Amino acid sequence: MSNEIEAIKDPGLPAHVHRKADTDSAAADRAERQVAILFGISALGTALLIVSYIFIPDDVFIFIPVMGNQNAHQLGLGLGMAISLFFIGMGAIHWAKTLMPDTEVVAQRHEFRSPDSDRKEFVEAVKSGAGAAGLGRRSLIKKSLGAALGLSALSPLLLLRDLGPLPEKELEKTTWKSGTYLVTDPGNRRIKASDLEVGAVAQVLPEIEDPEHRKLSDIAKDAVLLIRLRPQEFNLEANKLAMTHDGIIAFSKICSHMGCAVALYEQQTKHLLCPCHQSTFDVTRGAKVIFGPSARPLPQLDITIDQEGYLVARQPFSEPVGPSFWERNSQ
Amino acid sequence: MTVEARLGSVANYVDERTGAAAWMKKNLQKVFPDHWSFLLGEVALYSFVILLLSGTFLTFWFDPSQREVVYEGSYEPLEGIKMSAAYASALHISFEVRGGLLMRQIHHWAALIFMAAIVAHMMRVFFTGAFRKPREGNWIIGIGLLTLGIVEGFLGYSLPDDLLSGTGIRIAEAIIQALPVVGSYLAYFAFGGAFPGESFIPRIYTVHVLLLPGAFLALITAHLMLVWYQKHTQYPGPGRTEKNVVGYPLMPTYMAKAGGFFFIVFGVTAFLAAVASINPIWLYGPYTPGQISAGSQPDWYMGWLDGLVRMAPPIETHAFGHTISWNILVPGLIIPGILFTGMALYPFIESWITGDKREHHLLDRPRNAPNRTALGAMSLTFVMVTLINGGNDIIATHFDLSINQIMWGTRFGVFILPPLAFVITKRLCLSLQRADRELVLHGRETGTLLRLPHGEFVEVHEPISPEKAFLLTSHEQAPPLELPEVDGRGVKRAGALRNKLRSRMSVANAEAIPKVSVNDLKEIEHH
Ligand code: HEM
Ligand code: FES
Repeated sequence: MSNEIEAIKDPGLPAHVHRKADTDSAAADRAERQVAILFGISALGTALLIVSYIFIPDDVFIFIPVMGNQNAHQLGLGLGMAISLFFIGMGAIHWAKTLMPDTEVVAQRHEFRSPDSDRKEFVEAVKSGAGAAGLGRRSLIKKSLGAALGLSALSPLLLLRDLGPLPEKELEKTTWKSGTYLVTDPGNRRIKASDLEVGAVAQVLPEIEDPEHRKLSDIAKDAVLLIRLRPQEFNLEANKLAMTHDGIIAFSKICSHMGCAVALYEQQTKHLLCPCHQSTFDVTRGAKVIFGPSARPLPQLDITIDQEGYLVARQPFSEPVGPSFWERNSQ
Repeated sequence: MTVEARLGSVANYVDERTGAAAWMKKNLQKVFPDHWSFLLGEVALYSFVILLLSGTFLTFWFDPSQREVVYEGSYEPLEGIKMSAAYASALHISFEVRGGLLMRQIHHWAALIFMAAIVAHMMRVFFTGAFRKPREGNWIIGIGLLTLGIVEGFLGYSLPDDLLSGTGIRIAEAIIQALPVVGSYLAYFAFGGAFPGESFIPRIYTVHVLLLPGAFLALITAHLMLVWYQKHTQYPGPGRTEKNVVGYPLMPTYMAKAGGFFFIVFGVTAFLAAVASINPIWLYGPYTPGQISAGSQPDWYMGWLDGLVRMAPPIETHAFGHTISWNILVPGLIIPGILFTGMALYPFIESWITGDKREHHLLDRPRNAPNRTALGAMSLTFVMVTLINGGNDIIATHFDLSINQIMWGTRFGVFILPPLAFVITKRLCLSLQRADRELVLHGRETGTLLRLPHGEFVEVHEPISPEKAFLLTSHEQAPPLELPEVDGRGVKRAGALRNKLRSRMSVANAEAIPKVSVNDLKEIEHH
């Protein structure tokens, strides 16, 4: 046995097998008719589309198993369009498969690498071009050009400056002030502590003069959730407990993770859950994070009541609400 | 005049004005190899065309404005409700423009198919090694298209300004805001002030319908020109070599098939849009930052990112009056950054490990590149685990699990399962190689039993065809790189550690079941 390992030989392209339509003209005619039928079905699809457009009113619904109620007008248009397009494709492909040449053709590749002489000349040309410009020798030009190009990139950046105002301290401020009334959302009515039963939740906003034109960017920081527990259910430090009123505790509704509305309250466990990434906050322990990616409790709003019993903020939030940012002092 | 003659005179007309005859002749006879997996890229291309067409239709009625309006359209449940003009116009498209809902659904389905096709196409390119020299550049363009596709899709479903899409924008804002030092500035610039403001949707609209489609067109053109110029790769087999292309000529066979396939993709998209409702924005209501719809889910190509964000541990650094949100930066930017950079550089990493700098036009069967295949399986497993966590709320309700269980399962799973997938896939590839070897040596089991004179039963093996035998043995089995740690004079070479790493990887990469040679077959005959 020789030591040379011999690979199994390439038997070459298998012989071409003729299709029926290649040899039998009756089969070829049949294939032609099949293609025409497919194109014909496509035309019927277009007809369905036109009929649906003209005759099916757009407020008729029909029930389709699995899909439920479907608007008949849209369904007719869609199916018509689907049929008309799909069968053009089927026809073309059937045509290609049965009647167009199916003999495999062999084409040669060439290596992309050029002959050595060309490559050498190419490199020479690049070098001599660079040399003629003095790129290597005149370093002052090279450096100043680099600096100029770099600096010129600043101009578009500068011109984009007016995209928006500077954040200043705005991310840290909300509309809540000392003495701001809590109002219902929706409704904009002041609420009394007695309006809220034990176990109830309510979304509130700060009272403003023109609630018809409340800005979304204000809601994005001002939204607050009220939850009423029995006072003895709290497990809070004294200063946090002092911020509640008779079992009513108020948290920012804007998630301390990425700012979604923390909207799900589970009565039994007294957990608040954010549907975005499931950060879970324990209401009895001052919205401490007990699960999920959020790293901070929801900020708590200090509330009390006025003489008539309406709920009112005693102070603004003592920390920024919503997601973190670089300038936020979280200590 | 016959059709042929008429087309002939058109060709004549064109040539007399451009002198393009020689070039056209060559290119009309260009050969394209045929395989179903070569259609995946075509699906992506055709979906892009469908997106251009349906998207342009939508622009005729869509009003990209966050100005507040009161809804007065025909969808009664939202009658009299305040909303943005963008949302109102998307409702108008859905309910009053004839065929508008169909077009919205075609646009959204096409976006999903576009992304799915890109991913499937990339998997084909990766697992068959089509990205190797000289096609590294096209691989990088592909990664660019994938990245832009994710961004374009996200911007698209943010446009209608319903409650779901506004929530997505809120999360995007939080990611920008989390960037150290510049975050709040960039957020204020992007949103024209405090979130949500009234600038963001008009701005992303320009990006969605002009800037990114332009970039897509440029990249797709470059991508296809490279495919054209470098010629398509082909699967190995009898008669196929590194030096040739076997397939069908562009005109007419390939043209008819590809053209027909465009209509099929369009037809299937229209069918899905007709029967399967997608993104029913009227059910979500207009966006307001104080509300949210339960089960908020992004489209699937964003879902894995969402899943990563969900499983991140709650870690922030609070120091010197500043806050750094690792729980946002790591899953939202750092891990995807590493992943995409790694993908883009992979062709270069592989050729560094193998030391192979030659051109490759014959594809690998995935089993014959066990390390690469295992790495692909590992990455896919990673994405699958994060995707599952991205849908943890949906999965929890469907399968009666708790979100905690899924979250902890995936938090561990994301570290354990991908390496496991690597090991299993590599073993699997090697046993497939072993099966190939058996097949060539001993032929196919026929299932018929033969009784030998002395009573023993043996199964009859039928030898496989020479074509098949060649296919199963035509791949290359390169030995690992030899990288001596010391040079000729016994001095330790510079970068010894790097070389050690490289030769380790090279050894792992070269692991294979020896393929059958003629010598092996002869030896068997002697028995
Ligand atoms: C790769 C390309 C594209 C992708 C992935 C994409 C994706 C999307 C998605 C997912 C939506 C949300 C649709 C919905 O459910 O309402 C959307 C909306 C929209 N897209 Fe695109 N799109 C692409 C290209 C285009 C182009 C080229 C145009 C216009 C020339 C366009 C115009 C629009 C418009 C006007 C809307 C909002 C209309 C509405 O939502 O009702 N898109 N896009
Ligand atoms: S935004 Fe609430 S958990 Fe992420």
